[in-house]
Amino acid sequence: MNLPEELKYTKEHEWVRVEGNIATIGITDFAQGELGELVYIEVETVGEVVAKDEVFGTAEAVKTTSDLFMPLTGKVIEFNSEISETDGDNPGIINEDPYGKGWIVKVEIQDETELAELLDNNAYLELIA
Amino acid sequence: MKSTPLKDKHVALGAKLVDFAGFEMPVQYTSIKEEHKTVREGVGMFDVSHMGEFIVKGKEALNLIQLISSNDASKLKIGQAQYACIPNKTGGIVDDFLVYRLPEDKCAEGEQAFMLVVNASNIDKDWEWISSQNSFDCSMINISDQTALLAVQGPKAVAVIQKLTDQDLSGIPYYHFIKTEIAGFKNVIVSATGYTGSGGFELYMNNSQSEKVWDEIMKAGETEGIKPIGLGARDTLRLEKGFCLYGNDIDDSTSPIEAGLSWITKVKKSTSFNSQEIFAKHKKEGVSKKLVGFLVSDRRVPRHDYKILDAEDNEIGIVTSGTLSPSLEIPIGLGYVASKYAEVGTKIKIDTGRKTLEAEVVKPPFVK
Repeated sequence: MNLPEELKYTKEHEWVRVEGNIATIGITDFAQGELGELVYIEVETVGEVVAKDEVFGTAEAVKTTSDLFMPLTGKVIEFNSEISETDGDNPGIINEDPYGKGWIVKVEIQDETELAELLDNNAYLELIA
Repeated sequence: MKSTPLKDKHVALGAKLVDFAGFEMPVQYTSIKEEHKTVREGVGMFDVSHMGEFIVKGKEALNLIQLISSNDASKLKIGQAQYACIPNKTGGIVDDFLVYRLPEDKCAEGEQAFMLVVNASNIDKDWEWISSQNSFDCSMINISDQTALLAVQGPKAVAVIQKLTDQDLSGIPYYHFIKTEIAGFKNVIVSATGYTGSGGFELYMNNSQSEKVWDEIMKAGETEGIKPIGLGARDTLRLEKGFCLYGNDIDDSTSPIEAGLSWITKVKKSTSFNSQEIFAKHKKEGVSKKLVGFLVSDRRVPRHDYKILDAEDNEIGIVTSGTLSPSLEIPIGLGYVASKYAEVGTKIKIDTGRKTLEAEVVKPPFVK
């Protein structure tokens, strides 16, 4: 299972990369494998502040639809244009490269204390093992 | 959890295994879309050994089948199969199944023999139901646990299986079968049936034969590009053809007439069957809801249990199956709507819980 050490994780199978006050968010390799081929990602919260654990988007796979939950409270400042329907429209890159090209949104962190509540790779691995 | 005799093959092939009806089954090997395309354009093989098989034998075997089946089994000749429902007594469906009329080489004088093929999720329920209806002194044997079933489906399936037998397979009409030698095993049932709408065969054999048969078919199909196919693609393939899935589109509370299965509900057959009068009434007077197909003009995919709304947002029904059609690359679905909305071309809406999607009623199959 590919779980980069430098990332933080949630029990909802998202990963978070923190750089300064910006968090980049995607879904884990495990999550993309469980969902199967993604056909559509919807994010309509760009520009909005979304609270921790609230839904910021939806992932549509061939077999199932799954909500995307905010790992931490923040303002959604960017939706990956490679994935977005109006631009690249290629959600398949999440299946191919979930921690790299397949990132989903960038968020301005509002409350740094929430970072401590995220899981490290070992804690997440325990959750899915 | 149960598994099929081919589980090790699936693991070695890198399949993702999931729990389906209490069986550990391969849902996909590489990708649902790719596997779907393989079956539509070439040939693929499914392990569907989780399906249940019962043998019914006796002098009055036909009478038992006629009582439990919505279709007319008296029309079956030896070597022929028939799709039907098992109605309950309250106008619903216990299961949908296949009835095979078997050769009578193992029958005593005057006896007939049938094989019933039922859904894995309903094996126990069906066994109890059919046993309770057996006032005909038929012998019943549940061979589900020792029977393996491989579905080899797609336009190139005949060419592949033909390499493994001397008997001419191109001459087997749809819904007919033969018993023949495959890969050195005698008495394999090769049936021109399937759940994909792409043609091909279903092969019934003993568990102990299944690994070798699987290997021989994979080897024989190399030049045709045969691939193993999981249950994920099985679902998208059947849905594109508008085939009902028990537990999704039909169940104990739905009438076959509501489900568009009038064609297998022979209310005028000469012997009576469970719920015959209810279905005759449904046919004559109409039903209040109908299963329809619909196309969604959106990227979002309809899912089981989403509500169906009319143009004014009134709730008029419920989605029973939905997927992104790999062939059409648009979302498709089946669902029940109040009958006045069942006409082709009717504009409906699908409520995902967050959004409402525009959709239009169409007549399945979605893919010809």
